[in-house]
Amino acid sequence: MSGSEVVIVGGGVTGLSAGWWLARSGVKVTVLDKFIVGWEASGRNGGGASHYSSPLFDEEQRLWPQMDELLGYPTEHQKGRILIAMTERQWDQYRFIAERHTRLNHPVEVLDVKQVQDAVPLAGDNCFGGVHYKFGGHANPQRTVQAYAWALQDLGGKIIQHSPVTGFETAGGKVTAVKTANATYGCDAVVVAAGPQIPQLMAQLGVDVPLAAARAEMIITEPAPMMPLGGVDGHKIYGRQTLRGNLAYGGGPHEWLDVDATGPAARPSTPLARNLAKRLAELLPKAAHLNVIRSWAGVIENSPDGRPIIDRLTSPDNVVVASMSSVGFGLSPASGHAIRDLVIDGACSFTNIDLLKLSRFDGLEKDWREKRGWMPIA
Amino acid sequence: MDLNFTGTDVCAINGTRSAPEAKYDLVVIGAGPSGIAAAIEGAANGASVLLVDENPVSGALMGNDTPLYFGGRMTAATQNSDRMLEAIFMSMPDLEKAMEAGVELLLGTTAWGVYRNGPGVQSLPEQVVGLADAERSWIVGFDRIVLATGARDLAIAFPGWNQPGVMGAAALQMLLSRYGAFSGRRIVVLGSHDLALETALLAKEHGLDVAALVEVRDDPQGDAALLAKVTAAGIATYYGQSIAASKGGLDGIESITLTDGTNIACDTVCVAIGLIPSIELVDAMHGPRALNAARGGYIPAGEANVAAVGLCAGLPDTGFDHVAYRMDWVRAALRVNAPDTIICQCEEVTLADLIGIQPPNYLPRPAAIQARSLDTLLDDGPANPDQIKRLTRSGMGVCQGRRCRDQVAMMLAIESDKPFGTIPLASHRAPVRPLPLKILAEWDEPAAMDAAWDVWFGIPTQWVPVEDIGTEYQDAHREMLYTGMYK
Repeated sequence: MSGSEVVIVGGGVTGLSAGWWLARSGVKVTVLDKFIVGWEASGRNGGGASHYSSPLFDEEQRLWPQMDELLGYPTEHQKGRILIAMTERQWDQYRFIAERHTRLNHPVEVLDVKQVQDAVPLAGDNCFGGVHYKFGGHANPQRTVQAYAWALQDLGGKIIQHSPVTGFETAGGKVTAVKTANATYGCDAVVVAAGPQIPQLMAQLGVDVPLAAARAEMIITEPAPMMPLGGVDGHKIYGRQTLRGNLAYGGGPHEWLDVDATGPAARPSTPLARNLAKRLAELLPKAAHLNVIRSWAGVIENSPDGRPIIDRLTSPDNVVVASMSSVGFGLSPASGHAIRDLVIDGACSFTNIDLLKLSRFDGLEKDWREKRGWMPIA
Repeated sequence: MDLNFTGTDVCAINGTRSAPEAKYDLVVIGAGPSGIAAAIEGAANGASVLLVDENPVSGALMGNDTPLYFGGRMTAATQNSDRMLEAIFMSMPDLEKAMEAGVELLLGTTAWGVYRNGPGVQSLPEQVVGLADAERSWIVGFDRIVLATGARDLAIAFPGWNQPGVMGAAALQMLLSRYGAFSGRRIVVLGSHDLALETALLAKEHGLDVAALVEVRDDPQGDAALLAKVTAAGIATYYGQSIAASKGGLDGIESITLTDGTNIACDTVCVAIGLIPSIELVDAMHGPRALNAARGGYIPAGEANVAAVGLCAGLPDTGFDHVAYRMDWVRAALRVNAPDTIICQCEEVTLADLIGIQPPNYLPRPAAIQARSLDTLLDDGPANPDQIKRLTRSGMGVCQGRRCRDQVAMMLAIESDKPFGTIPLASHRAPVRPLPLKILAEWDEPAAMDAAWDVWFGIPTQWVPVEDIGTEYQDAHREMLYTGMYK
């Protein structure tokens, strides 16, 4: 495929990683984005990179420690995470997860309160204990997205911003071009990684991709003194201490939305910031005096089973569709690799991703969203 | 698991939010003259009215230049909240009239967010405003809201501006007129439009030594009568000048040097170049706003049930192009500021790093990133301050961009050779004032919120480890970690 042209629809973290991987293989890559790279969920998430439930996990873990060097730009990747239990129930749950990791030879350590406070000085005496993952980690989503984009450009790839894709041209069972309002981009293959807009785009190719979009929220504080371990989860919130020291946290109830072909109409945050603040002040009581300085929201899509869809279609057969089902940032080094393999070789070279095939939803009823209550509030 | 099950998403937001603590026909944000008048008028028409004002703010917030650019020139009197409250009542006699008219008044109470249903959100029980005082936060409902949030100071960097004693005109006026709590003695005023002239005269009235008025343009800009008073007061004026250098000590600024080499001793530089209508709440609530150069920048564009009054609605239109005037100051600043001049004080972003789109100092700068700059970023599309703040961190600090967001937008316009109006307004986000976690927290949240709370979507199949699918661990995993989404 060296020298061939691949158009990627969507400059989020998945599309950009795929583009970077393809460019590394000598493919001429053009990424089309409706606005600015990473402007949606890819630049608004918690930055976690510890997805042990995914078939892409091993590759995620292999790649993250190398990403700064491979990309040539800093991602702020930091290794390790800790889960702090604030209730007896959480303590049981986290130790259950720890046992499971031990069973699969993922290095974890169960910590007592003192050990938790040594690693996370902002934690208090109110916790039950913690589980230290000596794998995984976190990175800065915004910096990472830009790093992929710049690394892709450094390899000769093109990024066309402010250019929403309007449709496709097809011939002979293949997509031959991708259209925007102002231009038509001829291609040998297409990757559709457009997040919540995937269903509308793929419908134009006669392919049904079941995804539902929802809004989730985060808050961030002013900087706190740097802790030995910044990847702190627990108490049903997720987040990280940034390398600047800020505490960025999310979690909690989501709101299902309808997203049309142009993407989310808005990304409003709500008073849910207060409920996030409560949990963060409980999780890290010695940070309770810190000022919250921003809140924000992002829109992410989920598949019916919450797992990604990474698949190369049979018709048109030069299209790869990729939705990470609301868990895309951390897995991006590996998802891009898998997408590269599907585009170039037709199969993933490093793990079995049959679980992520679109065909698993063949028997899905049309009204699946209504039936399970994944609908916008009327 | 059957994909076609029928159920309820118990982890969705639907119905989990708390109701507002109270509801008013009218909530007025800001108890300046315009806000008080709007509140009294509402009460006279029989409406239930809540009038809130964030002042007096805590000494800690004032130290962070919130809400105005105080520049560390407050006296210790500002630490005494009782005295500050008394000073507000003394300086605003109409507050008592409002209370007599039946207006419920809350001072020291910040409105940190306004929320209503619209694109992207339908889950709010009604439209609400988030409030907070020194003890707690809460939300109240409203039918109509009047924003009387005033205007805030525009800061423009000069060499050495990031030290105590550099402050804004609105902050100086508040410290002098309202609180009698200004610690400076000898000031230099930047600007010669009405704001600067009024500020210089006010300082004189308060017995301060006004060492100079400095104007970047070649002629005075303000009202002739005001200018005559300034001249009559014997205040030295310098035209076609800006600050090229400054010296300071432990207590901050000690002297400045103008571009023509003139040295002026002073303990305070008051930046009186312009005021920015305080539209943080309007922008954070996705309300419409429009750029109006004659009225001081972006102002609320107006919508049903959301009114803006006073300076928040725009500065008085005298036909003066505030934007062009400020741009002249920023152009001059770009000429004199060294590359290592700090532009974002909170995050210590230098001019060179802002224009170079370089990451903060705690990150490595490999060759590839050093080759990047605003110029290379502009190859990908027009300058967007929100993108640039993500990369450089300018405007990401605890002052929430109050000191740098406006000048950064102007610098981007100049450096990208585009009109100011083409640079998008950097987004404002709730809470529009820094609020401690323990204050923002909804400690008494509804049980329904906790019941719906999951770290993510609560989809049981999302996190079952791939190795465990179809094994006994799959069921154990669901039983242990998920409790009912699919019931």
